[in-house]
Amino acid sequence: MSNLTHLTIADALSGMDKGEFTARELTEAHVKAVEDTRALNAYIVETPEIALAQADASDKRRASGTAGVMEGIPIAMKDLFCTEGTQTTAASHILEGFVPTYESTVSGNLWNAGAVMLGKSNLDQFAMGSANITSYFGNVINPWQREGSDAQLTPGGSSGGSAATVAARAAMAATGTDTGGSIRQPAAFSGIVGLKPTYGRCSRWGVIAFASSLDQAGPMTRSVRDAAIMLEAMAGYDAKDSTSVNLPVPRYQDALTGDIRGLKVGIPKEYRIDGTPIEIEKAWEQGIEWLRAAGAEPVEISLPHTKYALPTYYIIAPAECSSNLARYDGVRYGQRVEGKSLDDMYENTRAAGFGDEVKRRILIGTYVLSAGYYDAYYNKARQVRTLIANDFKKAYESVDVILTPTAPSPAFGIGEKMDDPIAMYLNDVFTVPASLAGLPGISIPSGLSSEGTPLGLQLLGRAFDEETLLRVAGVMEQAAGFSALPQLIAGGK
Amino acid sequence: MSVDKNTVAKIAKLARIRVDEAQQEALSGELNQILGWVEQLSELDTTGVEPMTSVVEMTQPLREDVVNDGHYVDRVTKNAPDSAHGFYAVPKVVE
Repeated sequence: MSNLTHLTIADALSGMDKGEFTARELTEAHVKAVEDTRALNAYIVETPEIALAQADASDKRRASGTAGVMEGIPIAMKDLFCTEGTQTTAASHILEGFVPTYESTVSGNLWNAGAVMLGKSNLDQFAMGSANITSYFGNVINPWQREGSDAQLTPGGSSGGSAATVAARAAMAATGTDTGGSIRQPAAFSGIVGLKPTYGRCSRWGVIAFASSLDQAGPMTRSVRDAAIMLEAMAGYDAKDSTSVNLPVPRYQDALTGDIRGLKVGIPKEYRIDGTPIEIEKAWEQGIEWLRAAGAEPVEISLPHTKYALPTYYIIAPAECSSNLARYDGVRYGQRVEGKSLDDMYENTRAAGFGDEVKRRILIGTYVLSAGYYDAYYNKARQVRTLIANDFKKAYESVDVILTPTAPSPAFGIGEKMDDPIAMYLNDVFTVPASLAGLPGISIPSGLSSEGTPLGLQLLGRAFDEETLLRVAGVMEQAAGFSALPQLIAGGK
Repeated sequence: MSVDKNTVAKIAKLARIRVDEAQQEALSGELNQILGWVEQLSELDTTGVEPMTSVVEMTQPLREDVVNDGHYVDRVTKNAPDSAHGFYAVPKVVE
C-alpha cells in the first residue's frame, strides 16, 4: 500500500468507492508520510489523532452512502485558517498558543465534504513573503533540489508548507491563500497545481486577514482535476463574509472536457520583461504551442499598466495589513509583554510578537495611510488599481483566458534575495496584476528548468469563470505530461 | 521625499511597535528604498480615475438588525492573556 501516497484525489476517491482501501488506511499512509518528511518543516502542528478520528468517521459515512466530495481525503490546512481546538498561529510568535474557539468557513466546508486534517502547514508569517523564510517556526524546505546539489531551495511562499507537503507526497492536497501570488508562486516552485479563485468565491471568514481586498483561499493539488474537486468543496456563499458572492457552485470537474477548440488565449506583451531567464520564455512559448495544437487561438494582447502593478500592490497590501494587524494588541488573544502603561504594553507586545517583514509592512502601511500622505500614496494606488482592472476588462472583450509564466525564476536557494526586500517582491511580478483585479488564476507545472527544478505556467480567467480556466488548464496539463518527482519524497523516490 | 529617523519613530509610535534607536536607522533606509520604488506611480496621470473600492461589482449586503449570535463569554475570552469576571484585563489606564 506504499503507493497510496502517490494517488491523485480523484483516484483515491474511486479506490475507496470500490472498496480497494479505506479512508483509515489512506490516512495512516499519509500520517506516516508526514512523519517521514519532517525535515521539510512543512507543518507547524501535526494532528494525527484528529486525522485518524476523521478517517474513521469518514469510512462510516461512505458505508452509509453519505460520502461528500472530498470524502476521506487527507489534506494539510494552511495555518492561516482558524481551526476549532487546534492552534492557529499565522506562523507568528504573537499568535503562538492561540487556539480558536470557532472554525473558518472554508475549513468547515472541507470537513463537511469529508476531508481529513493531517496538520497545520507552515507559511510566511501572516502570509507575508515569497520564500517561506519569515515564519517564526522556521523555514520550509522545498522537496526539490538542483541537479547534483543538495543545497536547500525555498518552496516559495507564502503557502510554502502547503506546497512542499503536497509535492513531497505527504498530503494529497492542501489549502492555500493568495494575496499577491501566495498560492500560484509556491505551486510553480514545487511542481504542483495551485488555483486562486476569483475574489469572493471562497469565504474569508475565519481566515487570518493580511490584505482583505486581495486575500482569497484556494486549493493546492497534484492535478487540475483535483483542484476542481477541492474548489467545489471550498467555495460558496457565506453570509459571514460580506464580500462573499452569492453564486451557485458548479461541479467544476464537469468543465474538464478537454475541448478548447476556438478559444482565444491572450498573450500579454507587457509580460515579456527584460532579464527574464531564457528558459522561462521558452516554457511560455511551449505553452502557447500546446494550446495552439489543441485548437485554441493565441492572440497578442496589451495590459498597458502591468509595470505599475507591483508598486500599487506594495502600497495597498501594507496599508490593509497595518489596519488588519492592529488587532494584535496583547489584550484579546495571543502573546502579551507587560509594560508600565497600556501603550507600553501594546508597544512591547507588538515589538516582540511580529517578525521583521511584518513590522516593515505595518510601518509602510501606517506611513502611506497617515495624514498628508494618504492621497499621494493610498488613493493614488487605488486609482492605478482601477486602471489595472480596466486593462483586464478590455482584454477579456477579445480573449477567453490569458497565458503567462507564473514566476520569473525557478525555485531559488534559501538565503538568496534575502538582503533586498524589493528583489523578493519581484517574485510576484506575474501574479500580482490579476490579484489586484480580483481575477482567478491557476499555475500548472510545465516542465523542468536547466537546474532540474519545476517551472510553472499561469492561466488567468474572467471573474467567476473558473470553469473555462480549469478546462484550458486540463488541456495544458495533458500536453505537459509533467511526471517528474522531487528528491525529498515520502517513502523515497 | 525621505523618511528620516524621526519619521520612523513617529510612525512606529502610531503603529504601537517599539523600535529602538539602532533599528530606526536601518528601517529608515529600508522604508526609503521601498517608498522610492513605489514612487514610480506618480508618473501616471490618474486625473478623473475613480479609486477602486471593490474588485467585485456588488452592492453591500444588509442584514436584519437583530441579535443572532452570542452568549458565550467564556469562549470569547478563552484566549485572552489575562481576563477576570468575563472581561479582558489590561494594565491600569486611569489613576
